[in-house]
Amino acid sequence: MIGGLFIYNHKGEVLISRVYRDDIGRNAVDAFRVNVIHARQQVRSPVTNIARTSFLHVKRSNIWLAAATKQNVNATMVFEFLYKMCDVMAAYFGKISEENVKNNFVLIYELLDEILDFGYPQNSETGALKTFITQQGIKSQHHTKEEQSQITSQVTGQIGWRREGIKYRRNELFLDVLESVNLLMSPQGQVLSAHVSGRVVMKSYLSGMPECKFGMNDKIVIDKQGKGGGSEDVAKSGKQSIAIDDCTFHQCVRLSKFDTERSISFIPPDGDYELMRYRTTKDIILPFRVIPLVREVGRTRLEVKVVIKSNFKSSLLAQKIEVRIPTPLTTSGVQLICMKGKAKYKASENAIVWKVKRMAGMKESQISAEIELLPTNDKKKWARPPISMNFEVPFAPSGLKVRYLKVFEPKLNYSDHDVIKWVRYIGRSGIYETRC
Amino acid sequence: DTWISTQKKIHSQLSLPVYPLQENRQFGSKMTDSKYFTTTKKGEIFELKAELNSDKKEKKKEAVKKVIASMTVGKDVSALFPDVVNCMQTDNLELKKLVYLYLMNYAKSQPDMAIMAVNTFVKDCEDPNPLIRALAVRTMGCIRVDKITEYLCEPLRKCLKDEDPYVRKTAAVCVAKLHDINAQLVEDQGFLDTLKDLISDSNPMVVANAVAALSEIAESHPNSNLLDLNPQTINKLLTALNECTEWGQIFILDCLANYTPRDDRESQSICERVTPRLSHANSAVVLSAVKVLMKFMEMLPKDLDYYGTLLKKLAPPLVTLLSAEPELQYVALRNINLIVQRRPEILKHEMKVFFVKYNDPIYVKLEKLDIMIRLASQANIAQVLAELKEYATEVDVDFVRKAVRAIGRCAIKVEQSAERCVSTLLDLIQTKVNYVVQEAIVVIKDIFRKYPNKYESVIATLCENLDSLDEPEARAAMIWIVGEYAERIDNADELLESFLEGFHDESTQVQLQLLTAIVKLFLKKPTETQELVQQVLSLATQDSDNPDLRDRGYIYWRLLSTDPVAAKEVVLAEKPLISEETDLIEPTLLEELICHIGTLASVYHKPPSAFVEGSRGVQHKRLPGSAGSGESVESPDPGAAATETPPAVIPSQGDLLGDLLNLDLTPTTTTGPPPPTTSGMQMGAMDLLSGGLDSLVGLLHQGPPSLSASPSTTTLGGDIGGNPAMGAAFGAAPATMPASFNAPGSGGLDDLFDLGGGVGMPMGALNPPKAVWLPAMKAKGLEISGVFVRRAGVIQMEMTLTNKAMSVMTDFAIQFNRNSFGLAPAGPLQILTPLSPNQSIEPLNNLQVAVKNNIDVFYFSCQYPISMLFVEDGKMERQVFLATWKDIPNDNESQFQIKDCHLNSDAASNKLQSSNIFTIAKRTVEGQDMLYQSMKLTNGIWVLAELRVQAGNPNYTVSSVALAVRSLLCCVLLLTSCISVYFEDQHFVLIHNQSCLNSPTFILGRWKYLMVIQVYRKH
Repeated sequence: MIGGLFIYNHKGEVLISRVYRDDIGRNAVDAFRVNVIHARQQVRSPVTNIARTSFLHVKRSNIWLAAATKQNVNATMVFEFLYKMCDVMAAYFGKISEENVKNNFVLIYELLDEILDFGYPQNSETGALKTFITQQGIKSQHHTKEEQSQITSQVTGQIGWRREGIKYRRNELFLDVLESVNLLMSPQGQVLSAHVSGRVVMKSYLSGMPECKFGMNDKIVIDKQGKGGGSEDVAKSGKQSIAIDDCTFHQCVRLSKFDTERSISFIPPDGDYELMRYRTTKDIILPFRVIPLVREVGRTRLEVKVVIKSNFKSSLLAQKIEVRIPTPLTTSGVQLICMKGKAKYKASENAIVWKVKRMAGMKESQISAEIELLPTNDKKKWARPPISMNFEVPFAPSGLKVRYLKVFEPKLNYSDHDVIKWVRYIGRSGIYETRC
Repeated sequence: DTWISTQKKIHSQLSLPVYPLQENRQFGSKMTDSKYFTTTKKGEIFELKAELNSDKKEKKKEAVKKVIASMTVGKDVSALFPDVVNCMQTDNLELKKLVYLYLMNYAKSQPDMAIMAVNTFVKDCEDPNPLIRALAVRTMGCIRVDKITEYLCEPLRKCLKDEDPYVRKTAAVCVAKLHDINAQLVEDQGFLDTLKDLISDSNPMVVANAVAALSEIAESHPNSNLLDLNPQTINKLLTALNECTEWGQIFILDCLANYTPRDDRESQSICERVTPRLSHANSAVVLSAVKVLMKFMEMLPKDLDYYGTLLKKLAPPLVTLLSAEPELQYVALRNINLIVQRRPEILKHEMKVFFVKYNDPIYVKLEKLDIMIRLASQANIAQVLAELKEYATEVDVDFVRKAVRAIGRCAIKVEQSAERCVSTLLDLIQTKVNYVVQEAIVVIKDIFRKYPNKYESVIATLCENLDSLDEPEARAAMIWIVGEYAERIDNADELLESFLEGFHDESTQVQLQLLTAIVKLFLKKPTETQELVQQVLSLATQDSDNPDLRDRGYIYWRLLSTDPVAAKEVVLAEKPLISEETDLIEPTLLEELICHIGTLASVYHKPPSAFVEGSRGVQHKRLPGSAGSGESVESPDPGAAATETPPAVIPSQGDLLGDLLNLDLTPTTTTGPPPPTTSGMQMGAMDLLSGGLDSLVGLLHQGPPSLSASPSTTTLGGDIGGNPAMGAAFGAAPATMPASFNAPGSGGLDDLFDLGGGVGMPMGALNPPKAVWLPAMKAKGLEISGVFVRRAGVIQMEMTLTNKAMSVMTDFAIQFNRNSFGLAPAGPLQILTPLSPNQSIEPLNNLQVAVKNNIDVFYFSCQYPISMLFVEDGKMERQVFLATWKDIPNDNESQFQIKDCHLNSDAASNKLQSSNIFTIAKRTVEGQDMLYQSMKLTNGIWVLAELRVQAGNPNYTVSSVALAVRSLLCCVLLLTSCISVYFEDQHFVLIHNQSCLNSPTFILGRWKYLMVIQVYRKH
């Protein structure tokens, strides 16, 4: 299991050092700094073995988190834990920066003592942790006996993510379907790979211990229902349903129920959480198409023309559109003409960045650039990195639709109809690249 | 080395805090803690001491915070120990935790003072607040001071049975902590049983922590059966699996993976209950579930519907792992690499997800590339090639190289794509990017090996790039190509000559290759290249001090001068084809790694024993055997593996370019006299290596060793005779030893052949089966099994050497450690052909043995049966026997019983005789047969024995008496190979030893028996 956990700043100075096991000594702290943080080369692996001690690390902005161990630990678990650790810290004090870590070092030690025991991760749900790790030390003394046992039963209980006795005057639910479309397209416009990775993120302000059931246009479910109903239904719903390649759920979802009935039922945590993640590869709506044209004129000039076409209902508006066209390292000057938005050559990033604030569906726009190059003797051709694109659209490119979200709370007197529900779809670009 | 906290820098423009405002407010008041890191004045310790003893609570707390901050930075604040411990008794939980943190760090350095804290701990363990009880027991377990652990037992016992689950789950982990400090104490106090009871606890988190603790403890007691997994406990675990936290699920799944179901039905039912975990958001839960499924799947019959369903269910979650954070992707990819090797069918349709993204971190890119090649097939090769070509233009040199190499591997793997691959490689060569060109040439060499006489048209293009090659591997590959196709390259001689100019500056790899290439050229175009070959041979043999090079030079020279036709047959012999799969992990290792999916072992692709110290992780895990409909799924049994065609491998080293003559003859030449006569080159060389080489040439006539899988049936030349098992024999009687060692090199070979002749000797004596002496796991793939036999008065050690690694082994040598009977090898270990993967060789040898090959030196020990040492002239004269027997006092006699032996006295007598234990006399007294036996050991010690056999009673009684006749240092090894006694003249040694042994000793088979041995010395 994890033998020690260290947090460093970008210079390699230790901010937090907590040792859980005897086999990890003080020198381990230095070994990681010397061999990884101060190493000259780029990090070649997130797992490093130095003198029979394994270090697993992640980086958040310029803070390093490293777990050290001498055993054959479950590496996946260690990384998951390090991420969880980041989430917990973020939930307590915001951004993970040197300043914040130093300011909250006592709190971090307290958290580390609680969520990692002898290197074994324990309950790390912030909802539960915040009930008794408050950094207001005295407060916990004032818990009544009932409160205390409530805390412990929540921390260890089956529903470790929600405490009892939550009350809201207004029962409200916010549901966001956030998708990122990933695309790799050949210069000829052939889709090399495309997939959508989506998340269903919820914010729930519900009283009591509500039982929720979430439904979407999952092909398997719809087909199953279709069999029961008329054949017309199948034809009708078949179009609207989507094939989900795979999905994973927050730990509140009853997985065995999903496995057998494919229904998503759960008792939600209070506040923000990510209910599910999913991935689809079939029938994806690609919101934009990028058509590049690169022409090398002699050895010192390059002509680039890029056309973007929006491919969705004309009533919808895409936002925050950004096209990034890479330029050779030897670029000496760039002249740009674009029909819409603003374009700039950023020498430090070796790219032309073209920004368009808004664009409606079924439109097209283009940019052309003339790039002057410095003459060089270098035989190696320019590698031509792909053109990448960013955008945000108000629909789910996978075609996912929320069909229902039912709430039952048998003990309190509010019904499904009393809950105010909000649904929003946002499609963003993931890695959306076209080779040129 | 201290911090000066920088003043608040404005956050980078990009990142606005996304966290709810009220939380920032809540902790806003705390924005001052960083100040504790700043003070670094002299006299600080003194100041802190004063503050710690302050009356004001706030000041105290501030001081403790400063101490912790200093501790974090690595400053020694242990001097403040008593002052900090004084702050422990407080009702402020935050302060208490800080003090505990300090205690955990420094208690070990101040054990006596740490005792001061005990009282508070014990008191806290009784606190009404469960959080405080748990905190106390958690912290106490982290204080590794013996005196404190004594006090820990009682509170721990209470906490294990606490009414609050939070306390119980903490106490469960505490047992593992205590076990780490003092394992005996945990056992004595019965904590293990209490821990086992917690597996049935009503709270899932308690169960999970108990499972984690038990698993850890069980790891250090490999045979304890501590976890005692049976269907009932498994059922409990599966129930808890549905209810506990994500981390708990991981502990339980990892534990489940150690269980071996009784049959395929149980296996299936567990799989069914584990599959829902594949949809968990936590990748570690998913991978641990995959581990359980991969393992239990082995037991499912392949024709079962469920088997197919399960295979289908595994792919999507594995793909989903690739959308996790890069570090997790990396771990997942390393694991997928293993899974794809074990069960390629799972991901065969998922090629696209492994396409490299431009912004992937380099470690993810390299791993994806590996998997792409593994998944490449005729169906997807076009796409793969297009991708690889794209990658070959990227920036990172390692990545580009690997991509180029991957193109070559595709060509070898998918025959239909070879042509396209070659043209892609040619395109890449046109880029003239130095490392791309070199890498391309190295892989083209392999393509030529796989498809001879198909793509030689590209040689011209390759030759154009000769000058730009500066890496040895690429140069060697290019030279190989020129030599191999010398007849089609007009100016081959010029090309090779140009390399020859700087011969001495080249690396060995290139030198060897150049030597071979020029000899090939000479054999193909003898007229024009005589001078060149003379030149290279003299460079190699006279001007080089590299023995490999020199030896190869001499062999060529000799071959060419004696029999050019034979030389042609040898040097230009047809080479075996290389097969497609490369870089496969050795099957036994792969099986073990599958059992470690998700862990560091699967990331390193090494067994845990390779990087974990101590007893943990030393046990090797294996996959369960298949059951069910009798269809065997890739059986791990080596015999079965050998019947399948094993993958031959592209040698990764340039010096193994496939030339047969690579086999290294160093063992032979080093035993012979040193060669450096310089003048009459040809004749000199001939004389030097006279007899030995003649035989060798004879051997080489046999043609290249087949790379086929079956245990080598290569006959080793007529002289040796048809029995491959009899490679050589070792005279073992000490008297004959020196003679065979002093013999000149050629003599050694002669001996070898002579001894080889004695195959048809009486085989009547016991013929025990071969035992594995050196498992392949310990010796980098070399497995040695063997047996000792006595044939024709010579002790022989028959060994089977099996190469279970993926590369060829050469340079074998053997040595014995000093041992009781002075056994030593009679001659060097003669393994004339390199041992290629999965090939076995069976010549022979004993005890603590060191075997060396080109990879490493391996040590192992083996027991030889004592019967080996009984010499043929062990039959004592009747009169002498009687006199000697009487001469020995009765109290020097030892008696033991042999149980369950169903032989009558005559049969026993015969059986014993065949092992050189002779019956001197027999008499019958009161229905008992008394057999008087004598035997003599190789070192001249006589052993006399009386064997009492009662008809119908299967138990024999043996009284034996040993008589040492040799004076001075003689060593006795008696009836057990584990006790050896050295004794000197005039000294009287008596040992009593009871040992339980299980070895095929001198009588009739194997028993376990208990015995008392008395040895004494007599003039």
